[in-house]
Amino acid sequence: MDKIDAIVVGGGLAGLSAAYRLADAGKQVILLERGDAPGSKNVTGGRIYVDPIRSYLPGVIDSAPFERHVVREMITVLDEGSGLQFEYGNEKWKKEPFMSHTVLRAKFDSWLADQAGAKGAFIIPRKKVDELLYEDGRVAGIRSGSEEIGAHIVIAADGALSFLAEKAGLRKPHRPENLAVAVKEIYQLDERTIEERFGLGPDEGVAGLFMGSVTRGMFGGGFLYTNRDTLSVGLVVGIDSLIHGAGGFDAPGLMEGFTGRPEVQRWIRGGELREYSAHVISEAGIGAIPKLYTGGMLVAGDAAGFALNLGLTVRGMEFAIASGVMAADTAVEALDANDLSENSLSRYGKRLRESFVLPDMETFRHSREVLDRQRFFTVYPRFICELFDELFTVGDKPKEGLYRTARRVAKKYVLNMETLKDLLAARKL
Amino acid sequence: MTMKVEEKLALNAMKNDTMSHILLDQGICAACKERMCIAVCPAHLYSLNEETGEMVVEYAGCLECGTCMIACIYGSITWDYPGGEFGVQYRYG
Repeated sequence: MDKIDAIVVGGGLAGLSAAYRLADAGKQVILLERGDAPGSKNVTGGRIYVDPIRSYLPGVIDSAPFERHVVREMITVLDEGSGLQFEYGNEKWKKEPFMSHTVLRAKFDSWLADQAGAKGAFIIPRKKVDELLYEDGRVAGIRSGSEEIGAHIVIAADGALSFLAEKAGLRKPHRPENLAVAVKEIYQLDERTIEERFGLGPDEGVAGLFMGSVTRGMFGGGFLYTNRDTLSVGLVVGIDSLIHGAGGFDAPGLMEGFTGRPEVQRWIRGGELREYSAHVISEAGIGAIPKLYTGGMLVAGDAAGFALNLGLTVRGMEFAIASGVMAADTAVEALDANDLSENSLSRYGKRLRESFVLPDMETFRHSREVLDRQRFFTVYPRFICELFDELFTVGDKPKEGLYRTARRVAKKYVLNMETLKDLLAARKL
Repeated sequence: MTMKVEEKLALNAMKNDTMSHILLDQGICAACKERMCIAVCPAHLYSLNEETGEMVVEYAGCLECGTCMIACIYGSITWDYPGGEFGVQYRYG
């Protein structure tokens, strides 16, 4: 079989970064994307942190079509019928270089595909990859429908579900406890309305996080990001939580409950719903990443389980870009040495360990286990809301001292063994 | 002013195949009591046909998240991406 240098499966950030880098190194590379265009099957929350990735795509990432740079973090703790909102802003976030940007993937990925194309990568849309081809026990290409394409190396960047990693025997079938589902809505509002409503200057944005009763005690939370002239609003829930703790709540119903909350309505009111999307996210951290290479094949991005949920920060896109670039660099080296064996490709693992990707995943090895403690989604949000409720309430009876009030509410919710256990667990974060 | 999930799905750019990319094993579904597919699907595509007692999936609105396949621990759901010409095309993402 004739072989080209490299096939990249999947036009997301990992695949496009890999294709860009391979083409930049002068290798023949074909990227196959099942959607109408790169980005058309992809969903993010979303926000991207640029500092970790600037050196991986030098001169590229800073000209990307971002939506707004984030200048304020907004956290809302919700109980039934009540909520506490607080914000953190820092003037330095308003100055370049910006730390993070909101982003929409259809636009962003199609832009990155143009950059890769300009370097010489062939981006072929509407091609779903069905099978891997093997030669001498090594991956040696792909089959798409009746078409077979041979390649010295295949980079699987086929997303969180990654059927290719499973087919290559690198990953076991997915388990509900390792993944969450994100449901997202896009609301259109004009730029000026967004800036006035959120108190933002031009190009400035807000990242919002919602926790507490929106997930009805299940693992997860809500998010809100301001884009240029749209808002991204969504909910993330653990799939095993949905199965076991459903209690009559289904995913669309939870989303409806979330967007119906006055604390969310105040931001989205008057906005016109434009899109309803869903995507799964790996929540298991380093414990569930597959084997990352085998002879003739590398796995990158979401397909490799590179995602990190630390509650306040949720990251995935930086890992995708960095791992895509490192997969490409490993491939270039292996192609030049004419050695595509598993042993040769194991340098990908070494690269990942020497970068921020695996060390960050390792540092936060226990984050899911800590965040999965149910009281974080039930007792603590309720404690916070009830405490403020009592402090703010003036009734017909003489008012209790503030310290006594705080101690009484704390006693009811958090001065107990369970909280101590949660605190001990949180030391692992 | 709340919208039904079917109305939300109608806003998406979608190109539907004539064949379903989601297949159910009715034998396994018949023995299933939890029917978690109904609760977990963000597009609410799963339902029980009360007359035939069979599970039905309306593949045409699928958001391609794969949650149903992961949630169905009994292995009834055979799920693949729609062919390269088909399925949801996100314009925002």
